[in-house]
Amino acid sequence: MDYQVNFSGLVPYFSTFLSGIGMTIQITVISTILGLLVGTYCAAGRISQQRWLSSICAVYIEMTRNTPFIVQLFFIFFGLPALGLKLSAWEAGIIALVFNLGAYSAEIIRAGILAAPKGQWEAGRTLGLTYRQIFIHIILPPAYQRVYPALVSQCIIVMLGSSVVSQISLEELTFAANFVQSRTFLSFESYIVTAVIYLFLAILMRQAFTLLSKVMFKAPAL
Amino acid sequence: MPLVSIDKVHKYYGENHVLKGVDLKVEAGEVISIIGRSGSGKSTLLRCINGLESFQEGAIYVGNQAVEDDELKLRLLSRSVGMVFQSFNLFPHKTAAENVMLAPQLVLKKDAEECKALAKKLLEKVGLGDKLDAYPANLSGGQQQRVAIARSLAMSPKVLLCDEITSALDPELVGEVLHVLEQLKEEGMTLILVTHEMNFARDVGDRVVFMHQGKVWETGASDEVFANPQTPELQSFLSVVR
Ligand SMILES: Nc1ncnc2c1ncn2[C@@H]1O[C@H](COP(=O)(O)OP(=O)(O)OP(=O)(O)O)[C@@H](O)[C@H]1O
Ligand SMILES: [Mg+2]
Repeated sequence: MDYQVNFSGLVPYFSTFLSGIGMTIQITVISTILGLLVGTYCAAGRISQQRWLSSICAVYIEMTRNTPFIVQLFFIFFGLPALGLKLSAWEAGIIALVFNLGAYSAEIIRAGILAAPKGQWEAGRTLGLTYRQIFIHIILPPAYQRVYPALVSQCIIVMLGSSVVSQISLEELTFAANFVQSRTFLSFESYIVTAVIYLFLAILMRQAFTLLSKVMFKAPAL
Repeated sequence: MPLVSIDKVHKYYGENHVLKGVDLKVEAGEVISIIGRSGSGKSTLLRCINGLESFQEGAIYVGNQAVEDDELKLRLLSRSVGMVFQSFNLFPHKTAAENVMLAPQLVLKKDAEECKALAKKLLEKVGLGDKLDAYPANLSGGQQQRVAIARSLAMSPKVLLCDEITSALDPELVGEVLHVLEQLKEEGMTLILVTHEMNFARDVGDRVVFMHQGKVWETGASDEVFANPQTPELQSFLSVVR
């Protein structure tokens, strides 16, 4: 093994990596926010007394959690145009990521909701709140707090999973790495640099979430 | 006209016939203690009064509002009927003041400033004027229960239902909660208390209701009932708990 490691060969592609990082962060932020929103609504739908609503949510959740992400992505990007729905790589990537996080986070949030003692619902009813008010003001905030660590991990999985959307030519970090590798043939260097960048992004994300939790959850741990 | 009127109420949990024709009238300003063995239906009766449980036969009125199985009507009813629970059921993510403010804000649509002032006033009244910003987790059981009482009072109920509200407390904390109840009695609040505190029932309660096997078995003025129980069931119950 006398391979000469050559990181300096990557220097001309600095801006390629940078714009890849930018795109990865952008699609991660957007799909994390939208995904958690979808997950919250689905969790609410899942515990609804309305059977049809609960069933729809259950079907969506199970379908998404039991098929490979890349197949979902290809279906949205390559499959849907057959039905006349043509999406850009960016749109398809976001939709796939949101779908994915929506389903996984719905189950996590639902667990947090179900852990609320029955007395919390009853206290809300006794005070004259509507079901919706009880859910939003009494049940949901502690539910988030309870499952926060699991939610954070799931969001980081989404960030890492976003590398898959390079497969539909969305120009994010992994796409950039592939591009640089194909130009320079510095496979070892390209991918190790990329891996380290992902690692940093994950650590950064975790810290951002920790900071956020300090703002959001003022009450002592539940 | 009685404030709370319970008329031949029957309640079943599936096959289990829990309330077997309960009759009870409570006048405004009265303090009623409900005593009885475990499983005699005390909690179930309270929960029927504020609509947390539905019942199959009979009628319950609070003022002129009938307790019916209808969401909207029950929400209106809940403004007249407060409830305090054995397990406090405070909202853990809200401070003492926020716990008290929530319902006036969301249900009565009062503005934030007004609610804050109300919360302060009520928490001072229960002796917690210095705990406005404390979270439930940082309060003792007795303090939590007093916040829960203040939270109920924030909706200005006509009657307050209390289900064994001192049972989860350490003995030395029971007094502070009972003291608040005494204070409420003096202000003329109507109280229906399920309680194991026989001394309190005798000294503060106007009337005692002994429930047995899903019925009001014996009832009367507190001092008389305790001094002179009529039925053998109540006699044996009192001899056990005292
Ligand atoms: N949610 C429920 N589902 C089914 N049965 C119930 C339910 N709640 C109470 N019961 C039954 O109803 C009966 C009366 O219960 P209830 O809780 O009213 O008694 P209680 O007098 O309050 O007793 P305790 O002193 O133990 O609190 C019991 O036989 C109990 O098993
Ligand atoms: Mg009970």
